[in-house]
Amino acid sequence: MTSSNNFQWRRDRDGLGIWEHRGKVAIAGYGHSPVDRRWDGVNLDTSLGAYTIMACEKAMEQAGVTIDQVDGIVCCDSHIAGGSGGTASQWAPRPYFDPPYDSEYGLTLINAQWLINTMGFKNVKFAPTGVPTIGEMVGMASQAVGDGVCSTCLVIYPTGNLEGRYRRGGENAEDYARGARQWTVPWGNHGGNDFINIFPHRQYLQKYGGEHDDLFHFVTNQHKNGMLTPWGYNATHNIQPISEEDYRGSRHILRPLRIWDCDRPVNASAASLFTTAERARDLKSQPVYVLNHSQHNFRFRTTQPDLDEVEMWTDQQAARMYEGAGLGPADVDIFNPYDGYSIMTQFFLEGFQWHGVKRGEALSFYAGDISVKGPHPFSSSGGNLGNGRTRTAMYTDSIEQLRGTAGDRQVTVRAETALCAFTTPSSGGWLMLGKYPS
Amino acid sequence: MPKVIPVADDLSQPFWDAVNERRLVLQYCTICNKLQYPPQPTCQVCGSADGLEWKEVEGRGHIATYITIEDGRLNRRMPDQPYNLALVTLDQDPTVNFYSNLPGVPAYQVPVGAAVELTFEEVAPGQLIHEWRVAA
Repeated sequence: MTSSNNFQWRRDRDGLGIWEHRGKVAIAGYGHSPVDRRWDGVNLDTSLGAYTIMACEKAMEQAGVTIDQVDGIVCCDSHIAGGSGGTASQWAPRPYFDPPYDSEYGLTLINAQWLINTMGFKNVKFAPTGVPTIGEMVGMASQAVGDGVCSTCLVIYPTGNLEGRYRRGGENAEDYARGARQWTVPWGNHGGNDFINIFPHRQYLQKYGGEHDDLFHFVTNQHKNGMLTPWGYNATHNIQPISEEDYRGSRHILRPLRIWDCDRPVNASAASLFTTAERARDLKSQPVYVLNHSQHNFRFRTTQPDLDEVEMWTDQQAARMYEGAGLGPADVDIFNPYDGYSIMTQFFLEGFQWHGVKRGEALSFYAGDISVKGPHPFSSSGGNLGNGRTRTAMYTDSIEQLRGTAGDRQVTVRAETALCAFTTPSSGGWLMLGKYPS
Repeated sequence: MPKVIPVADDLSQPFWDAVNERRLVLQYCTICNKLQYPPQPTCQVCGSADGLEWKEVEGRGHIATYITIEDGRLNRRMPDQPYNLALVTLDQDPTVNFYSNLPGVPAYQVPVGAAVELTFEEVAPGQLIHEWRVAA
């Protein structure tokens, strides 16, 4: 398979100007599997592999594309739980099953080659290895289609979760800290975006005022929006939105971070189909157009990023994205930033100045009307807090809002542009979509 | 209760050797006049390895902020919960920061903004880590 290292696709520098393929690449369809809390380890019809095949078939069906027309597959084969996943992320040493479930692939990992072999793709010419997370994958596919590396590309993001406590075990169960962990773990920081962002979040509260629990406005709204997302974990499992009291009474993880500030790990998979704008116009479903993609991977200057760094990084992300899309804050109708921990979302909101929100104003903005039917339908997807840790709702909602097919979640304000991301303040990527190519 | 034990590598060995002698040494780029921590193969400002040397720094800092870990994922630290995890900036260069459990400070009672001074804690026979305590 092609290595992603051979293809210069990233837009991760300042001053790149308007994206050369602006409006010439489109998303023609997407598909989502059911979202389960965990795979039960028994039913192969609900395995990560089966769910990924289902997501691919739905995306192709929605676009009206046959399997032989697909010539690109971008699929992330990393464990969502990472090296500290423990029993929640790895099937071994339990015995494997008959092919195609005779290795971790299909059970806890998916890659392009497994899909090619299992689904019978015959004409795939772009199937990079070493693919990053969905936040960057959508940019990689956009650039590949724009550059003509492929013309009909599936982007697939599987998120596996097995029995066992998430990220308990593995290196978190060890007595020794090696590599980068030698600088964090001895003091109790196991690593992850909860730790990375909780410190700047506390500095944010110290600098601008407000209380951590003021986030309940945002978190409860995410739950409400999640109930309006038919495929989401909350909606399909009737997880009723929490109340302010539920939030304020919930247990702390990293005080002040509460359990409801964290998304729920799930077992699910999603796929979307990228193609040229020209081709998309003749396909089955209404396309949405890619107006820009951007990535970032900022280097920590010391042990722990502080508020100054996080604000600088998110300012820089916004500048890159707006420059490449030829748009500004007032042009963005739908805004679906990442919310895997509620404590980082305000940095994006303020960095991108969506609906004029400036530094230090997010908490008061959250306390206003951010419902999908109101004037400021912030994170209309419900994100990961409202749908489970699929990291996909930001994208599927943006597509549906632009198409006007978001159902009960459809915003009442203009919906012609959408900005969506899976990113943390330090690393990830953004995607700007448009209802129209220009 | 026991903390997780750091394992030195080629890059960090001089750092931990110094810590085990109760000294705090950081990388210093003689080209940029900049301290950096944790150690890296090159200067994060100029990208050069040529100007990097080890420099002992004064063990004084301030508490920038903190959290209290109530449900962490590290097996070895679970008996300690709840415990504080503070972010300490180095007075000599406040862009350099460290983690600290602030020995002697009860959980939730961290004096944000207070001055701290360097101390050391043994986490395994012969292996110290650098810690910070509220200055007298």
